[in-house]
Amino acid sequence: MLTTNQDRVNALLIPIFSILLGFIFGAVLMLFFGYNPILAYQAMLMGVFNSPYFMGEALRQATVLTFAGLGFAIAFKAGFFNIGVAGQLLAGWVAAIWVALSLPDLPRVLLLTLSIGAAVIAGAIWAGIAGALRAYFGTSEVIVTIMLNYTALHLTNYIIRNVLATGNTTERVGENASLRVEWLAQLTQNSRVNMGLFMAIIVVILYWVFMTQMTAGFEVRAVGLNPDASTYAGMSAKRNIILSMLISGGLAGMGGAIHGLGTFGNIFTQSGLPSVGFNGIAVALLGLGNPIGIFFSSILFGVLDVGAGFMPNRAGVPDEMADIVIAAIIFFVGANYIIRLLLNKIKLNKTVEEGGE
Amino acid sequence: MSITSLLQLIVSSSLIYAAPLIFTAIGGTFSERSGVVNIGLEGIMVMGAFSAAIFNLTFYSTFGNMTPWLGLLAGGFIGILFSLIHAVATIHFRADHIVSGTVINLAAPAIAVFLTRAIYGAAQTGPLGRSFGRSNIFLLHRIPVIGPIFFRNTSGPAYLGILVAIIAWVIMFKTRFGLRLRSVGENPHAAETLGINVYLMKYAGVMISGFLGGIGGAIQAQAIANEFGILTIAGQGFISLAAMIFGKWNPLGAMGAAIFFGFAQSLARIGNYIPIIQDIPGIWLQILPYLLTIIILVSVVGRSVAPKEIGKTFIKSK
Repeated sequence: MLTTNQDRVNALLIPIFSILLGFIFGAVLMLFFGYNPILAYQAMLMGVFNSPYFMGEALRQATVLTFAGLGFAIAFKAGFFNIGVAGQLLAGWVAAIWVALSLPDLPRVLLLTLSIGAAVIAGAIWAGIAGALRAYFGTSEVIVTIMLNYTALHLTNYIIRNVLATGNTTERVGENASLRVEWLAQLTQNSRVNMGLFMAIIVVILYWVFMTQMTAGFEVRAVGLNPDASTYAGMSAKRNIILSMLISGGLAGMGGAIHGLGTFGNIFTQSGLPSVGFNGIAVALLGLGNPIGIFFSSILFGVLDVGAGFMPNRAGVPDEMADIVIAAIIFFVGANYIIRLLLNKIKLNKTVEEGGE
Repeated sequence: MSITSLLQLIVSSSLIYAAPLIFTAIGGTFSERSGVVNIGLEGIMVMGAFSAAIFNLTFYSTFGNMTPWLGLLAGGFIGILFSLIHAVATIHFRADHIVSGTVINLAAPAIAVFLTRAIYGAAQTGPLGRSFGRSNIFLLHRIPVIGPIFFRNTSGPAYLGILVAIIAWVIMFKTRFGLRLRSVGENPHAAETLGINVYLMKYAGVMISGFLGGIGGAIQAQAIANEFGILTIAGQGFISLAAMIFGKWNPLGAMGAAIFFGFAQSLARIGNYIPIIQDIPGIWLQILPYLLTIIILVSVVGRSVAPKEIGKTFIKSK
């Protein structure tokens, strides 16, 4: 019992320590280059929290990050490293816009369902390819999803230029395909935070129910923990690999739909893969695979992402600083062995002191 | 276009695009043979490309035409430093190799662009002072027929890469160091019993991959992109990783696979000049290298066996 309690404490302490160490690392780096870290962090946080508009924008970013993070997390639970979240998100984005532009006159509920459904399917297929290749040929999903990322990037740009538009940007989707919620936008001084936020909260709950209350979710976790034992217990490892990758890609695709229909209202050619896909991986790792942890990590990274925009003007610090802090945080989450070691040492000293009394 | 000049074009462009992949893929074999998965090669290439670009712009007036070659060393040196993060995280801090590699890949572009902005005030460096250009290979280019096709107006770094592949093969399979490195990847506990310093070998493997990956990035910046920006490295590290697997974790195999991928990458640029291929729509040539990687992985993976203890944390016995 004692150990489980300890694990629960660690599960909270590790992300918190990682975040602290990540920010400290960023501060040291800024000091080294002659910037003022306090000014920079202040600019970042005040920029977001002093303005309803930028708080809305941070939540808008957190929405998409939540989907990307949950998508990565479910595959990770099953033992797979889906680096293709960015590509699957892009596939979902283009599919949603494609449907929304092709059927502009449908009623809103139907059109949104169809567009988001298409995005989910597109993302699921894109990830499912990697899942199927892994299940039937043992091909590394890490490399396959990375290659599919670049394939998605070039294909999407091709579709935009040759099918959806004549230039590099498509037309905007109609009112009935927009995820904009009037009162929410009013509340945040016309920020782009949208219906996706509520969808994200619902999906977080569904994800939790699926993973902890349903047999299918249990099988996914079991296969991730010990594929041999699960196979022996009669679960199909192949089926679970493909299932978890389909859900993973579907969630990423849904994030793409929200990016398209909520944030931008269109799609444009990309010079690189959307960074929100890779930050989704970071969010999932920081949240330690827990859906609620992922949601809060997404909000933190949403604030970092949007707040970073204030650093160049107000503190003279390049906004890449936020990405460096994010990478540093994930470094410490990954290397949590040293944090555990540190915590154990502190505890050991305590017990020694207590024993001495 | 005559047959000779067509072949010359295909061979030289393949080699130009292959050169960064050759070095990085060989680097990958060293890391993975020591048991450390290194998907951070992409990030290491970014740092190599960045530092070579800075070196190039800072010193081209001093070193003249030698600048890009010395830039390789600058890229390799920073590559070693950066790979140390991966080494410490995976070897001493027991981090998951893929998570640590992902951190490297997240951190590298951020740090490199951060520094580029700090130094130049812009996200790109702008054109470099001296780039690699094309060179004739010493004496060999005078051989009739073969000379003009293979050795004239071609990529110097690629031939250096081929030489490095041969040296790497000798080191890995014919020296004591190589045997020890491989034993650590296959069975670290047995290796430790025999008195081999497992941690030291793993550090050596990762640092060699950092050096060669950094050089790979330096070549990409100085021979292909001719600048440094966020898009200078776009997947080459991952393609190198695939080349390493295709080459069965053998430096010579990795080199061969890298040249093949170089050919696939070059098609998007020179496809217009080649009969038959010029009729294929551009989009197919663009995604060809990535699709080929997947197809090759699917078809060889059964016959290509990774080092046995790859990706696992080794905990020293007390």
